[in-house]
Amino acid sequence: MNFLTSYIHYVGCFALVLIGLYVALVKSNLIKVIIGINLIDTGVNLFLVATGYLGGGTAPIFSKAAEQSQEMVDPVPQALVLTAIVIGVSVLALALALAIKVYDHNGTLDLRKLKGLKW
Amino acid sequence: MRKQISLLLLLIVAAGFALCLAGAPFGAEGARESRRLVKDNVNYGRRYVSKGLDENRCANIVTSVVLNYRGFDTLGEVTILFIAALGLGAVLYGRRAGASPDEAQRPSLILSTGCRLLFPLIMLVGIYIFIHGHLSPGGGFQGGAVIASGFLLICLGCRKKKLNSVALGAAESLSGLAFVLLALIGLAVGGSFLLNFLPTGKVYALFSGGIIPLIYIAIGVKVGSELSGIIDNLSGEVR
Repeated sequence: MNFLTSYIHYVGCFALVLIGLYVALVKSNLIKVIIGINLIDTGVNLFLVATGYLGGGTAPIFSKAAEQSQEMVDPVPQALVLTAIVIGVSVLALALALAIKVYDHNGTLDLRKLKGLKW
Repeated sequence: MRKQISLLLLLIVAAGFALCLAGAPFGAEGARESRRLVKDNVNYGRRYVSKGLDENRCANIVTSVVLNYRGFDTLGEVTILFIAALGLGAVLYGRRAGASPDEAQRPSLILSTGCRLLFPLIMLVGIYIFIHGHLSPGGGFQGGAVIASGFLLICLGCRKKKLNSVALGAAESLSGLAFVLLALIGLAVGGSFLLNFLPTGKVYALFSGGIIPLIYIAIGVKVGSELSGIIDNLSGEVR
């Protein structure tokens, strides 16, 4: 129980990654597979932000009310996640464009019915 | 069968994660570790938090890291977004339209009037977010996403309206050029790419932080026009 209360954010983000992996592996609809990949992306982003967290820390933004710099969370993972979110959005858009193209070409988004994927 | 195999694979992956991360210091232990690293001057996060305000006069340390300490990284990120938009345009080029906009149901008067009423407000919020990116939470990427949501509203609500893709492309190219030019002026003036060459001003003022707000305005316009272009491409209009 003590483990869960102190590590709940790590448990949550790995659960998110595993759920995303399960969705990407099991679902046969292409849109759902893309949603699963996006869930993995979200879980990894959450993990990166959680590594920079300090107990009781505030957001790394100075204001006239909070000028002390001791209790701020680490800004570097947040900046990296800002990058990762934008890249995730562009990958998602490209994947959806390819899904549109697949639908135009085959008339279905069901991966089991796509003949070109079988060997 | 497929589900069982997937669950087995997930179990293996979860065990791998657990084994990898079992030895890493997290939580309170990790915080103690990071305090130890502060003393050795190798914890960059602590260093940016304690010195960033004096060095850049930029209240938002995340913005300071994104645009100053790791500005080159951000240039690469903007390039990735551009390449993804380009790839999306190339994949969807010359596509037949499924349902032409005339066949789709015309929006009702309330819907189209509401869209027209909300659109300038969404633009205002987006522009506010990226102009104040160095003072408050937010910045160019977030503000650009809000602006693109305004264009998405127009695409969904007012079917008759089409986005002007030439103007979008021009805004995107000019703002990207502005980013690179600002970085190159730093190279010419002080000898390093993306140097903060403007006077940094007073902390917490709107005109502070040197080139940081200027770059964030350029990024905001670029991201907004790029995401709007992506929405325009995905919405299925034939060009």
